[in-house]
Amino acid sequence: MNVLGPAQKLTRKDFVTDQDVRWCPGCGDYAILAQVQKVMPELGIPRENIVFISGIGCSSRFPYYMNTYGFHSIHGRAPAIASGLKITRPELSVWVITGDGDGLSIGGNHLIHALRRNVDVKILLFNNRIYGLTKGQYSPTSEQGKVTKSTPYGSADYPFNPIAIALGAQATFVARSIDVEAKHLQDTLLRAYRHKGTAFVEILQNCNIFNDGAFSSLTEKETKADTQLVLEHGKPLIFGKNRDKGIRLRDGKLQVVELGQDATESDLVVHDETDAGLAFLLSQLAAPDFPTPIGVFRAVTRPTYEEIVRGQIQTAKSRRPPDLDALLRQGDLWTVS
Amino acid sequence: MSVPPAEPAVKQQVKPRVERDHVVIRFAGDSGDGMQVAGMQFTNESAIAGNDLSTLPDFPAEIRAPAGTLAGVSGFQVNFASHEIFTPGDDLDVLVAMNPAALKMNVGDLKPNGILIVDREQFNEQNLRKAGYESNPLEDGSLAKYQVYPVDISKLTALTLRDTNLPARTVNRCKNFFALGLVSWLFQRPIEPTQKWIASRFQKRPELVEANQRVLQAGYHFGETSELFASAFEVKPARLEPGTYRNITGNSALALGFVVAARKAGRPLFLGSYPITPASDILHELAALKEFDVYTFQAEDEIAGIGAALGAAFGGAIAVTTTSGPGMCLKAETINLAVSVELPLVICDIQRGGPSTGLPTKTEQADLLMALYGRNSESPVVVLAPATPADCFSIALEAVQIAVKYMTPVIILSDGYLANGAEPWRLPNLEELPDIRVEFRTDPRGYYPYLRDPMTLSRPWVIPGTPGLEHRIGGLEKEHLTGNVSYAPVNHEQMVRVRARKIAGIAREIPPTKIIGPSTGDLVVLGWGSTYGPIEAAVRKAQAEGKSVSHVHVRHLNPLPSDLGEVLRRFRKVLVPEMNLGQLVRVIRSEYLIDAVGLNKIQGLPFKEAEISRRIEQMLEG
Ligand SMILES: Cc1ncc(C[n+]2csc(CCOP(=O)(O)OP(=O)(O)O)c2C)c(N)n1
Ligand code: SF4
Ligand SMILES: [Mg+2]
Repeated sequence: MNVLGPAQKLTRKDFVTDQDVRWCPGCGDYAILAQVQKVMPELGIPRENIVFISGIGCSSRFPYYMNTYGFHSIHGRAPAIASGLKITRPELSVWVITGDGDGLSIGGNHLIHALRRNVDVKILLFNNRIYGLTKGQYSPTSEQGKVTKSTPYGSADYPFNPIAIALGAQATFVARSIDVEAKHLQDTLLRAYRHKGTAFVEILQNCNIFNDGAFSSLTEKETKADTQLVLEHGKPLIFGKNRDKGIRLRDGKLQVVELGQDATESDLVVHDETDAGLAFLLSQLAAPDFPTPIGVFRAVTRPTYEEIVRGQIQTAKSRRPPDLDALLRQGDLWTVS
Repeated sequence: MSVPPAEPAVKQQVKPRVERDHVVIRFAGDSGDGMQVAGMQFTNESAIAGNDLSTLPDFPAEIRAPAGTLAGVSGFQVNFASHEIFTPGDDLDVLVAMNPAALKMNVGDLKPNGILIVDREQFNEQNLRKAGYESNPLEDGSLAKYQVYPVDISKLTALTLRDTNLPARTVNRCKNFFALGLVSWLFQRPIEPTQKWIASRFQKRPELVEANQRVLQAGYHFGETSELFASAFEVKPARLEPGTYRNITGNSALALGFVVAARKAGRPLFLGSYPITPASDILHELAALKEFDVYTFQAEDEIAGIGAALGAAFGGAIAVTTTSGPGMCLKAETINLAVSVELPLVICDIQRGGPSTGLPTKTEQADLLMALYGRNSESPVVVLAPATPADCFSIALEAVQIAVKYMTPVIILSDGYLANGAEPWRLPNLEELPDIRVEFRTDPRGYYPYLRDPMTLSRPWVIPGTPGLEHRIGGLEKEHLTGNVSYAPVNHEQMVRVRARKIAGIAREIPPTKIIGPSTGDLVVLGWGSTYGPIEAAVRKAQAEGKSVSHVHVRHLNPLPSDLGEVLRRFRKVLVPEMNLGQLVRVIRSEYLIDAVGLNKIQGLPFKEAEISRRIEQMLEG
């Protein structure tokens, strides 16, 4: 990849477009946009090598606001389009922007297949647990019983857990962050970028118009220390305002313990991003009984789809140098004079 | 002028040779009997013997329907001739029926006094019952109007291989080569090409190479030495245009055409596809050609197949997606996205019988209106259709050329008959094929994403990675020059009209319409796609009889050739045969206010020459 020298270091402003941003005032998408624009210069690659590809939804308007190459495509299909681009142009840094409806409803199939293939694209799923653009129907991540315009009696279906889906699809990088956690979000985005392979980042995002406060207990100053569990590789799972609570594994189940009362630090689970079983257990932790984990659930490496395909092309070329004439002349020939 | 055919394998010419100018033969048997292989190899032998030919494979959708049943019958028809031919032939001169079910399903197509070769032992009680015969047709006189040759194909195969330790099942599987050997002798075809094919096909199993080759030879010798046949037939080479030839199916021709197009454009080829009959062979073929910078992406569905292709087009690849009717339905939304973002993309629809799953292995051409109109809003797309299997090669090149020059999706409408049918193909001279010009804009001065070329109305192709030209595209309506999102009423109309004008303008690339026959007259038969062959055959016959009939074939269905209306008006009547309920005819009537009439057949099978001839006569009488 083309790398920029220090003299050419870009700034956040270089990634801002001249388009008016049209999200509702107060929408969590603004905060995400700001963090992404802040992180881009850190990648150290020229703007022209960065591509943002989205589907349809409020969140999917994102590419219009990034001064990079961009493609606002159709509902749910961005992972497929991004795959085709990245496979043929591996030197590009390709980012997918999707929503909980775009990525998990209409585009659920493309999402899981992109994850299993391990094409080196970065997928940011803005989860506001609602359909924003179509004005407030429940989404596949809305809690069961959700009352919306399309579910006046409450939704009857149970929600998806995006992290568990990504893990189930064998994604090599799975993380969660929050729109307003600026530093955490930046760090997570950088980690996603540095990961080689598909990176899946669920970003909890507030839709202040149709689902305001969906994550307020996670973001309010007073509660967040008790409701967030920040995952760090190699560190014990500790949380709480006074860092006095932790997570222990007992009989195959995770439990919350009070440090100094039920347990000591050495009893706690130490986070291991390479442990698929642990990642899945952590993906199940949710309010009200548990804090919500944020950070990297899983990060493992395996060859990417495009590396494997390029390898096959190289092998084919070394075995049989391309010869168009010979290709056309395959099989039995005869001559008429 | 043509070279003599390759020498036949066996030289002692004992029996007399009877000359024929063309022969139509069909191999029919159980799907497990290897009839497709026998037919393909016979085709190959005939091609090498210098004949013109045309084939029609016809197989069931089920991989292995219960053995011996009517549903499990698979057939392969070849027409080979010492003159130019256009169809696989209407009625059969020769039928090879490997069991009673194959006989029952096919004997109706055999001409009176036609040659019928059957595998005698297969006409046992059990097989007769499965085929619904109450008595044995070989014995009850019901086949009296044919020349019946009962041959112990299974038994003779077993005898040939009795000194091997191959299991009986394996031995039995060789019997198609006995039948092929026998028929090869009957028509004096060289069997070396088949010997060679067997050697490479079973490369890893030398015992099978030997067994199949021996059985093939045994069948050939049997023809010459047994008392059964008094004479063999000879079909002299056809006078084809000078050149080097090979046999090719429509699907192979498309695959090769795309590889050549991408090389000519100097770009990688990307195919995004999801398996579906009868299109999958294009995916298979391209997947094996990686050394030509071919990327094949077997997607999770047809939407992802075309989506990935569009992503690759955004990145500057020659992008193709292949499918059949049901997959076309799924691709509609992405085709529209390509219309809106104006990126080059080739979509191949290998049409099959429908609606829904329909007749997966049978041919039809009923997706024309879907290709033209089957998307929301005003969605102009280029639509091309190849006329013959070999024409698929040229269509692939032309589609890529148009797509990149006009920054547009191009739909190719092939069909099951072209896809699997084969014909001799004169190899093109690669140097003489035009280069395909791909220019990526790199100059930032005066650049706008929707700045159009004044001539083609095409927007510049700028690929990610180009410094200073970062821009965003998408499916929302765009301001006409900047490409910024715009909901302005007048701008929208302007964009709708310019997209339409861009595609309509491609008509300037289409050569003047060729009229085969007199340029005015009583009747013109207008066709598109694979009906070319039977229409041409029927029109030539009518012309030979002194009738005032011409043939016009369109390869460009959108835009239509600009002189088409004027050409059609020179004839008193216009007949449009189609394998649908009348789709092109509807377009012609609405486009030109011409009272064209349709001839429609929707049986999963191509037209027979006679069916078109009959209609021509009726039209001329009325
Ligand atoms: C094929 C298709 N179906 C439906 C729609 C309408 N639609 C647009 S966005 C959307 C839901 C978006 O929800 P989400 O992905 O959660 O995005 P958000 O607006 O919440 O960011 C729907 C149903 C569409 N544009 N295309
Ligand atoms: S509807 Fe919700 S998600 Fe959409 S822009 Fe407004 S606040 Fe944001
Ligand atoms: Mg949403």
